Amino acid sequence: MPLKDFLEASKGAIKEVTIGKEGKSATIGGEAVLPFHNFEGNLPRLPVMALEVWDTTPPETWPDHLRSHFGDVVNSPVLWAKKCLEVYKADLICLYLASAAEGEPDAPALAAKVKEIGDALPAPMIVYGTGEKDVDTLVLREVARACAGDGLLLGPVLKENHKEIAEAAQEYGHALIAQTPIDINLAKELNIKLSKFFPKERIVIDPLSSALGYGMDYSFSVMERIKQVAVLFGDDMMKMPIIANLGRECWRAREAKENDQQGILWEAITAMTMFLAGANLAVVGSPDSMKLVKKLLGQFSTGQIEV
Amino acid sequence: MPVKASDIQKKLPGGGKKNCKKCGLPTCLAFAMKLLAGGVSPDKCPEIEPEVKEWVIDAITPPIRLVTVGTGEGALVIGEEEVIYRHEKTFFRPPGFAVLITDKDDDQTVEAKLKKIKELQFEWVAIKLRADMIAVKFEGGDRDRYLSLVSRAARENLPMILMSENLEVLMAARDLAADQKPLLYPITKDNIGDALPALKEKAVPVAVRGRGLEEVGLLTAQLKAAGITEVVIDSSPRDMQEAIRDYTLARRAALTHSYRPLGYPIISLLPLQAEDAMEEALTASALVVKYASIIVLNDLHKETLFPLLVHRLNIYTDPRVPLAVEEKVYEIGGPTEESPVFLTTNFALTYFAVANGVESSKVPGYVGVKGADGLCILAAWSTGKFVGETIGPFIKKSGLENTLKKKRLIIPGLAARLKGEIEDELPGWEIIVGPKYAEEVPAFMTKLTSKWKAETA
Ligand code: B12
Ligand code: SF4
Repeated sequence: MPLKDFLEASKGAIKEVTIGKEGKSATIGGEAVLPFHNFEGNLPRLPVMALEVWDTTPPETWPDHLRSHFGDVVNSPVLWAKKCLEVYKADLICLYLASAAEGEPDAPALAAKVKEIGDALPAPMIVYGTGEKDVDTLVLREVARACAGDGLLLGPVLKENHKEIAEAAQEYGHALIAQTPIDINLAKELNIKLSKFFPKERIVIDPLSSALGYGMDYSFSVMERIKQVAVLFGDDMMKMPIIANLGRECWRAREAKENDQQGILWEAITAMTMFLAGANLAVVGSPDSMKLVKKLLGQFSTGQIEV
Repeated sequence: MPVKASDIQKKLPGGGKKNCKKCGLPTCLAFAMKLLAGGVSPDKCPEIEPEVKEWVIDAITPPIRLVTVGTGEGALVIGEEEVIYRHEKTFFRPPGFAVLITDKDDDQTVEAKLKKIKELQFEWVAIKLRADMIAVKFEGGDRDRYLSLVSRAARENLPMILMSENLEVLMAARDLAADQKPLLYPITKDNIGDALPALKEKAVPVAVRGRGLEEVGLLTAQLKAAGITEVVIDSSPRDMQEAIRDYTLARRAALTHSYRPLGYPIISLLPLQAEDAMEEALTASALVVKYASIIVLNDLHKETLFPLLVHRLNIYTDPRVPLAVEEKVYEIGGPTEESPVFLTTNFALTYFAVANGVESSKVPGYVGVKGADGLCILAAWSTGKFVGETIGPFIKKSGLENTLKKKRLIIPGLAARLKGEIEDELPGWEIIVGPKYAEEVPAFMTKLTSKWKAETA
């Protein structure tokens, strides 16, 4: 039996989502195959990696080696982000609005700050709110308005606040992160709700990523199922690319903070596992783990290879 | 496609309706069921047609063969996987991690590696984690030194892989350790002719290596014709891209297409190409996900092995049943009638985090574990399994109310909103909201106990 008989037909391609605007953009998705299955179809591009930058200073609990990469620049999100791009070669930046989680946020001021950071960077930006539905509704709507036309990837939007945030993202031309708690049905439901008034080509699924040892297996299987349903069964409502926001989860784990090498690998394994499950974009905290994962990604080629 | 008992029954004498009982079972269907369960040989039916017998043997052989390397308790059992995606059921047999020693390593290096494989043991949710096997490789140096290494490694009583491109040396090594069922690597298209007579002498598992899956399939077919089926395969992928391609196709060939020549567990040497220990561990982690059953590593290091072992445990955890502990009151550090009660759920990860936190706080305590389908605090709360109405009766039934002088219940910080409900259910108890993360329990308890002391003083 020739090996070609074991190939599986694809019934759908993941949608391409472009983040950013002319001159500084990044595209994710577009593959018509299961993750890294470039032997049975076209893989237009490899997954990309973003480094996370906080709009405040990094948390006290960050281990020293992580902090040491950034030194003084952590006091300025712009410099911190630039270092991530220029020195560590991140594909893009993920700005986490940590300040909004600390008490009453001043939404317009925060939005102005986001705009300033975004404008200073040569690469597109992801903006993650707090996950708290009311705070995010307030803040992300402002951010959407202030950054009109910049094509942010903005989120998370939840079942509870998707309408309010999506309306603003629609009006000002941003892409959205649709987040649901590790459940394929909930992910699909939210996509259906959003698609009623928001373009499918601007949605990215966040099925929630958990760290190695802390639920990574659940995240892995949900992502794997979503990809399978999209590519092998052609389900239109599951064809959005996937984001794995895993850095913060990993650096919360005691085992990651205990030892430098162990921590870097903790995050790298989590990221690579999410990629194998089908994530198109991963957000990590450490330049070292990013480098390690990128090196392994370097063993793959785009296009199609021989069986 | 897996066969059903009724498929087998139809091929038995009289279309499976003869029911003559000569096989010792009341009906042909019962016999078919027993065949399927692997509990009986088709020979027990005196009337069975020879072609049917062969078909049955083939049909009841699992699509991916079971292979055992080593003997006794530490033996590595691999194969018989049933699914391509873990969410379809579960992955059953975690891959073995082997550490490589060669005749080019000096004695010190060898001893250090053998020591590490024994000593680098970890615990995770009360499960012991460690690497599994030793790969002893002939690098073409000193034959006698290699054979003495094999004898040395054999004393560790761990499953072994014997590796040599020189067939004579490989067989000599096997003869030294044959009773320990080592895995021989590699049988190739160049040496299979010479190897077959020797392989038939003593039954040990063998690994075939081919350039690509087609070549591998030809080799396994040749071995099978010679009656050798305890086989592991290596398609020699050059990088991760080729590994994913080959391993995925082999798994699909076996499971979806019942293609026997590729229905064997996979051995991967890819991590040996890595530039450093970090890259090696990351490579190995991807191979765990992508169907490798034996993974060979250059060396073991505490910092890289631990995450890798936790990763293997995660991927091979049955997604249908979360790791859970029993609902009951656990005692930590010898608690007394003065000790507080820590409340949590029965998700293993949650319980062990809390138990560790309490233990390192050095304050003896009870940990009241409320059964909640093995869910974490927030998921248990969201689904109504960890709320006042279920927690109240649990604490009441536990008998703690009779044991304790001061009834103090510390609840998880993430469940702070339950304080009122629990107070309503448990009159006479002081409900204290604890910290959000279990690792903050020691600091929290230091403050709390000094407050308690001040109160009694
Ligand atoms: C993995 C996961 C799952 C897994 C299940 C894991 C499990 N066995 O519980 C799956 C995929 C099955 C799942 C399902 C659901 N999930 Co879920 N899940 C998670 C995830 C990603 C991680 C949970 C985890 O493993 N935590 C690790 C454990 C150890 O944490 P823990 O139990 O809280 O324990 C810590 C602390 O609480 C503290 N602690 C614990 N006990 C005690 C006791 C004391 C005294 C003290 C002081 C401290 C303390 O110490 C521990 C370690 O620090 C979280 C999001 C996240 N990143 O946290 C969502 C999350 C918990 N899930 C959520 C939801 C909503 C669900 C579902 C209801 C969704 C749905 N409708 O399907 C279901 C419900 C479960 C079901 N019936 O199937 C929500 C809960 C929302 C909320 N209540 O605020 C979360 C927070 C995600 C979110 N942001 O929306 N989930
Ligand atoms: S001996 Fe054969 S024919 Fe008779 S009952 Fe058993 S299976 Fe049927």
